[in-house]
Amino acid sequence: MKVPGKMLPKIIGFIVRKPVTVLYPKQRLTPPETLRGKMKFHLDRCISCGLCARDCPSAACTMHEIDGKKRPVFDLDYCTFCAQCAESCPKDAIEMTSEFELAHYKKGEAIVK
Amino acid sequence: MGRVKLPIGPQHPALKEPENFTITLDGERVVDVDIRIGYTHRGIEKLMESRTYTQNLYLVERICGICSYAHVENFTQNVEEILGIQIPKRAEYIRTLFLELERLHSHFLWLGVAGHEIGFDTLFMYTWQDREVVQDLLEMISGNRVNYAMNAIGGVRRDVSVEHQKKVLQGMDYLEKRAEYYKEVAINEKTILARAENVGILKTKDALKFSAVGPTARASGITVDIRKDDPYASYLDTPFDVITTNTNDVLGRVVVRVLEIFESIKIIRYLMAHLPVGEIVTKAPRKVPEGESISHTEAPRGEDFHYLRSNGTEKPERYKVRTPTLANLPALAEMLKGTYLADVPIIVAAIDPCMGCMDRVLLLKGNEKPGELVDGERLRRYSIKWFAERGWKA
Ligand code: SF4
Ligand code: SF4
Repeated sequence: MKVPGKMLPKIIGFIVRKPVTVLYPKQRLTPPETLRGKMKFHLDRCISCGLCARDCPSAACTMHEIDGKKRPVFDLDYCTFCAQCAESCPKDAIEMTSEFELAHYKKGEAIVK
Repeated sequence: MGRVKLPIGPQHPALKEPENFTITLDGERVVDVDIRIGYTHRGIEKLMESRTYTQNLYLVERICGICSYAHVENFTQNVEEILGIQIPKRAEYIRTLFLELERLHSHFLWLGVAGHEIGFDTLFMYTWQDREVVQDLLEMISGNRVNYAMNAIGGVRRDVSVEHQKKVLQGMDYLEKRAEYYKEVAINEKTILARAENVGILKTKDALKFSAVGPTARASGITVDIRKDDPYASYLDTPFDVITTNTNDVLGRVVVRVLEIFESIKIIRYLMAHLPVGEIVTKAPRKVPEGESISHTEAPRGEDFHYLRSNGTEKPERYKVRTPTLANLPALAEMLKGTYLADVPIIVAAIDPCMGCMDRVLLLKGNEKPGELVDGERLRRYSIKWFAERGWKA
């Protein structure tokens, strides 16, 4: 049976169906909890070992001396959200959250300290 | 009418990525094709030499935006082979799960692209909607839709929970129903048949001669599948069939991919039912001893081949990638010969090309080609002059 319009019934069905996409930002889909988004840094747990900065593939995580303590600073402009820093950290000082709306106007505005 | 040379690309609406096909036409018929590559070369292999193995995990993944996982799998297999590490059974199964989920989303994607190329955008919308199901599963387990970052050297980074398993199985039920529908459509819908049947013929002997790989070879009746021929991850324990057709045309390539969706679903169901318990990663040293290793996997587009030479440091000495598209290009040139110009886009799309991951540096030897070699600085000055002559500000 080789007739055109094999898909026709389905196509007609779509006329009355609700779209699958949602109207962002009015409606939002919730990302899974496992999403690798913006990281959260716990300064109190950090022991200044620098392992996070050593393993970061895109130099988003670099070590800086702030208030007399060596610690990582994350520039999200460079970050690929691979979560390697969180994995390399021996003290679990870095935690990935599922926050993903990180748009900003200028370079260097999205810094996580 | 004399012969006409028609350049398609590097920038052309029919192509999704910049490559150049110079097509010699006799009327509407293609008589010869000259393919030039190298427009999207990114130098990833060279870059890898300056990064540690851990950092490279995330770089190899970015070779391809669709079969990202096949590349990481190859890379980790190479490193593990030189290190002599055996990864835990559970990690093997999780890796196979990802390889198959990736195949699913890639085949759904391709089906849509093929539909789009023949002006059948309804199919494109449908398959891409279904593909979201796979993408959501991937995101749920790994935390990202495309670059899953699942592999660590020595295993995987994230576990698959019972909750995840349930969702994966639900997703498979849905996708199976959809794939049934596409199977029906692919072999009955006239819109597809008219454009795909007896188009882009690649005879079995030509497929062998030009070393075609993946679904392109399988649609020409060659039983080649790295998952069966040289099993990796957990493919040795997993039952599945290698799909082939012998119609040698674009329709055959559609059918192979649609039927492979069923095989992938079968594999995933098996994996979820037999997931071993235990560790997911073995600890690996940072330094890799001197050695050489090759690894190949069956990526959604065909055999993906990687070579690694290590020198005892934390960084590789040489890394080499041969992606399936590169292997399929000579066969593609053969397929295009003798077809109509209007069929060129769908024939090119039928090998499921991924030009960005395939690109190589092109070395021009002697004066085989007309034209001259221009370096970056001269090109810059030329463009400034070109704009200035027309009174435009560069
Ligand atoms: S998530 Fe990855 S890229 Fe981002 S800072 Fe951490 S290691 Fe670097
Ligand atoms: S790896 Fe952890 S403990 Fe070490 S410097 Fe980075 S955040 Fe601090």
